[in-house]
Amino acid sequence: MTDADRQTRPIGDALLRVEDLVTGYSRPVLGPLSFTVAPGEVVGLWGANGTGKSTLLNAIGRSARVFAGTLKRAPHLTLAYQSQRPVRLPVMPITGRDLLRAAGAERTEPPPRLAAILHRRVDALSGGQYQLLCVWAALGGNCDLVLLDEPTNNLDPETEALLIEILAGQRGRRAVLLVSHERRFLDAACSRVLELDTRRRGE
Amino acid sequence: MTSLLPDILFDPLFRVPFVTGLLLAAVLPLIGAFLMLREEWLAALGLAHLAAASALLGLALGVPAVIGGTFGAVAGGTAKAVFRARGNAAYGFMILIGWASMLLVAANTAVGDSLGHALIDGQLYFAGTVDLAAAVILLFSSAAALPWLGRKLLRARFFPHFERANQLPAWRWHLGMDLLAAVGMAVGTATLGLMAAFALVFVPSWFAFRAAASWHWTLILSALAGTAGYLIAFALALGLDQPFGPVFVAALVVLAALAAIPRRFMFARREGSPRPCPGQVRSAAEPE
Repeated sequence: MTDADRQTRPIGDALLRVEDLVTGYSRPVLGPLSFTVAPGEVVGLWGANGTGKSTLLNAIGRSARVFAGTLKRAPHLTLAYQSQRPVRLPVMPITGRDLLRAAGAERTEPPPRLAAILHRRVDALSGGQYQLLCVWAALGGNCDLVLLDEPTNNLDPETEALLIEILAGQRGRRAVLLVSHERRFLDAACSRVLELDTRRRGE
Repeated sequence: MTSLLPDILFDPLFRVPFVTGLLLAAVLPLIGAFLMLREEWLAALGLAHLAAASALLGLALGVPAVIGGTFGAVAGGTAKAVFRARGNAAYGFMILIGWASMLLVAANTAVGDSLGHALIDGQLYFAGTVDLAAAVILLFSSAAALPWLGRKLLRARFFPHFERANQLPAWRWHLGMDLLAAVGMAVGTATLGLMAAFALVFVPSWFAFRAAASWHWTLILSALAGTAGYLIAFALALGLDQPFGPVFVAALVVLAALAAIPRRFMFARREGSPRPCPGQVRSAAEPE
């Protein structure tokens, strides 16, 4: 197979196509639901706490079970996945720059506010600084689809505004699927917002 | 003592043991830094016990300790990777299995207690060309593998979903690290002794994790701290006619304590400061 063959090819016009998906862990917790994510789209997924937003990202990231329906990823699709609680260790001699290098995101110029703290150890960063760094680690690499789970956790309003700016800058360049319970944030950052039914499955 | 020390230090009889130990003192702390990164430093003690048990069994069968020990440690490392045995409980069982096996082999073979004690206390001065060859192989294996493993292990530690989401063959680098640690602990245990090998993996990286300003410096500081401790212990043990293993462990612990005291003093004076001193960054969760 040549490098050209390995390039991600959309399924029709989509990188990700979800059809009547029912997903969960030991039992179904979400679905059925259907949607697509096209190249260059920043798609928001809104729902109240407990509606299964993270489970959906886990299913796309192959960490949750598919009970019914289909979840089609474009051939050779690469995923970056930033979970709701980034791994944070109490003592860790890793700088922000080390972390970006590990994520394969060292070649993309970060926003100035982030660039200013890259020399510091990650265990000396505030919760908001670390959250923004981890989100940038996912966005700054060359994955085709970036999954972000509650990326506004620990962010103050100023940093949240910066994140909106960063995500808006991804439109047309990178597919992003992010989940959040903050509707205003999603409306400001995304190309379109999908709404999960707030009634729990089976209720 | 001081007049005799240079003669003993440069005695050809001690050259092979000295060089063997020096290589291990530089390499094992690097492996220790990666084990610390994975929060698996206790696994090193488990592997050391398994290595000691199988080394003893090998000696009873006429096989050099370094070869016998490698079999046991590699078996333990492979089992750990295959069964994904992680966490303190798994490492606790490794230690107990290794300890019981070692003492039972010692009690029921011709090699007896004396060799068992030698493995626990350390027998560096008896290191020969087989041990030196094993240390050189470990050095080259680490030099070849760690740069490749390093980035993947860092990514796996901080972005645990990435490998699964992209269906990467993560078992390759996780098993690779487990086997490198197993071989390192086997060679270290057979040459330096069980606790000395464990101390060499644990103490320098413990210190470096708290003092280094970056991952690159963590690796450098780990290797430097291990080497400094080794040189001090080698001279002291020979000069004072003491067993090497306990002197080495004591030297590493004292070095770590000496390095920690000024930092604590500075933290106390600059309470609330996020950066206690240039080039050294205080952990947000480090206890006062």
